[in-house]
Amino acid sequence: MASVSVKNLFLSFGEVKVLQDLNLEVGRGEFLVLLGSSGCGKSTLLNCIAGLLDISDGQIFISDKNVTWEEPKDRGIGMVFQSYALYPQMTVEGNLAFGLRNAGVGRAEIAKRIKQAAELLHIEPLLKRKPAQLSGGQRQRVAIGRALVRDVDVFLFDEPLSNLDAKLRAELRVEIKRLHQQLENTTMIYVTHDQIEALTLADRIAIMRGGAIQQLADPHTIYNRPINKYVAGFIGSPSINFLDGAVTRDGKPRFTSGEVVVDLERYPFEDGSSDGACAFGVRPEHIAFGDAAADSPFTAEVRVDVVEPMGSDTLVWSKLGGQDFRFRVDGQIPVSTGENVRIGFDPARASIFDKKTELRL
Amino acid sequence: MDSSTATLPTSHAARAEPRGKKPQRRLSRRNIIIYGTLTVAAIYYLLPLYVMVVTSLKGMPEIRLGNIFSPPLEITFEPWVKAWATACTGLNCDGLSRGFWNSVRITIPSVILSILVASVNGYALANWRFKGANIFFTILIVGAFIPYQVMLYPIVIILREIGLYGSLTGLVIVHTIFGMPILTLLFRNYFTSIPEELFKAARVDGAGFWTIYLRIMLPMSLPIFVVAMIIQVTGIWNDFLFGVVYTGPETYPMTVQLNNIVNSTQGVKEYNVNMAATIITGLVPLIIYFISGKLFVRGIAAGAVKG
Repeated sequence: MASVSVKNLFLSFGEVKVLQDLNLEVGRGEFLVLLGSSGCGKSTLLNCIAGLLDISDGQIFISDKNVTWEEPKDRGIGMVFQSYALYPQMTVEGNLAFGLRNAGVGRAEIAKRIKQAAELLHIEPLLKRKPAQLSGGQRQRVAIGRALVRDVDVFLFDEPLSNLDAKLRAELRVEIKRLHQQLENTTMIYVTHDQIEALTLADRIAIMRGGAIQQLADPHTIYNRPINKYVAGFIGSPSINFLDGAVTRDGKPRFTSGEVVVDLERYPFEDGSSDGACAFGVRPEHIAFGDAAADSPFTAEVRVDVVEPMGSDTLVWSKLGGQDFRFRVDGQIPVSTGENVRIGFDPARASIFDKKTELRL
Repeated sequence: MDSSTATLPTSHAARAEPRGKKPQRRLSRRNIIIYGTLTVAAIYYLLPLYVMVVTSLKGMPEIRLGNIFSPPLEITFEPWVKAWATACTGLNCDGLSRGFWNSVRITIPSVILSILVASVNGYALANWRFKGANIFFTILIVGAFIPYQVMLYPIVIILREIGLYGSLTGLVIVHTIFGMPILTLLFRNYFTSIPEELFKAARVDGAGFWTIYLRIMLPMSLPIFVVAMIIQVTGIWNDFLFGVVYTGPETYPMTVQLNNIVNSTQGVKEYNVNMAATIITGLVPLIIYFISGKLFVRGIAAGAVKG
């Protein structure tokens, strides 16, 4: 059963078309992440679902109710904002109670729900404080609590962790995930530009670009079988290597780029027909190094150009067939500039995209 | 003295590496210029006030001696009493007191009414982008640039037609309307600087137009209300033009009455009474500034800097 469904959504500000014919179905209890770079329309989409923006065309259903023309408060949603948006002159308790008072909830019920939410989020000692007296992490907890007390089916998060420092972000990320597991049947839609947040939290990720969803799939599929070149380049850090070349499929399927020839017999083609110019993508972390490379279906020898040690691993820049090629090796292995090393990879784990359409082959 | 520092030769200390707080000479050229300019400016503005206070405390014979800067030989408060209670303007001889109370009855309702209306206007313009909001706002701002003199006579006719000409109510309405452009602009800019997400959060929390205004926006906007109050109190209190045009002798505000006292052509020019009357009239805005000056600066700054 769909918890939130967006049907043929259009939104334009004057001449600027922000969202075009967007469709999205989110299941009950699902954690969906809207991921994209800034300006891709992900926050706009969330605001449309919340009812904070009037849409130009289309429909929005929440819990099978058409809420296209409903006010935000009547949609059964709770929302958490990037800047926390706590009411500065109210105490934490007042912040949590504000929505309930507006809805005319009884005093005893308000107290009960605040207590529950405060326990769940570990903010009981903070209830009498003002937002200015809280740290960033505490503020965001209160903001989550404000959505929690409203006892809604759908939670909307608009980049909730972007204002926090890296350590707090990681902590709160886990807490949000835990919260989602505790609240059964609660749907969460989460907007972020951080792919790590997306990959760790999501049941499904929707990658957006230019107001349209590029790919909607579980994190595993998004990472391993990106639908087009944009998605492949967006997900993964360090980002995927692309080698320009051509695919030939008469006889043995193979990829050729200068002297480099990769045997594609084991590559799971999605599109059986097209030949010709393409971009061959292979992730830096899928490349074997040294002795391990010898067992790979494809091997080559490259010269190390630049070495970037990052503690746990080392990122090595080199050239393959005259094109930039990065790969990741264990941080314990010594690699020095100018050295010639043997690398290898399994073409079955690669992603090949058509040069013109940029779609996966 | 510590032995280790005592052993350091003084010549060496003078040539020591720069370290710690940079030494500053008190009588540097920069300081002399700054404090000199400030002193001159302060004297320039304070001297007239000094002359006024001194003159108002002298008797007429002493004033006739012509030493306007000399302090009074014999301090008398009679001019102050006369200015307040018995100076004649036209037919009335009850001093400035009548005008003072008229001004109070004009200023208080005008200030409250104009700030209430303008703050709601500004809030609606900043947060509820209704259709035609920009056009409405532009018209309002253009209104601020039309000289008052152009509108004097049409407003006389309007007030006459609705039967409010010559009454305090009429003047209150006029002040409220003319305060609108600048105050709306002030409030709109302030409310725009409040993060939009706060407003969105309140909407998700089920707050409507008035709940958001009263429970979220108002408590956050004390500084700008103080700024608006100062602008309006001083503006309306010091107003002469509207006062003289839209009221009659019985309802003249203090400024008009002051003018009538000072410019009366009969008899001797009582400089001491004139000075006392002027100071009394100017006292109200002055007191407002002293009480709320700090909040005023904070409000202006809060409006200017986002966040």
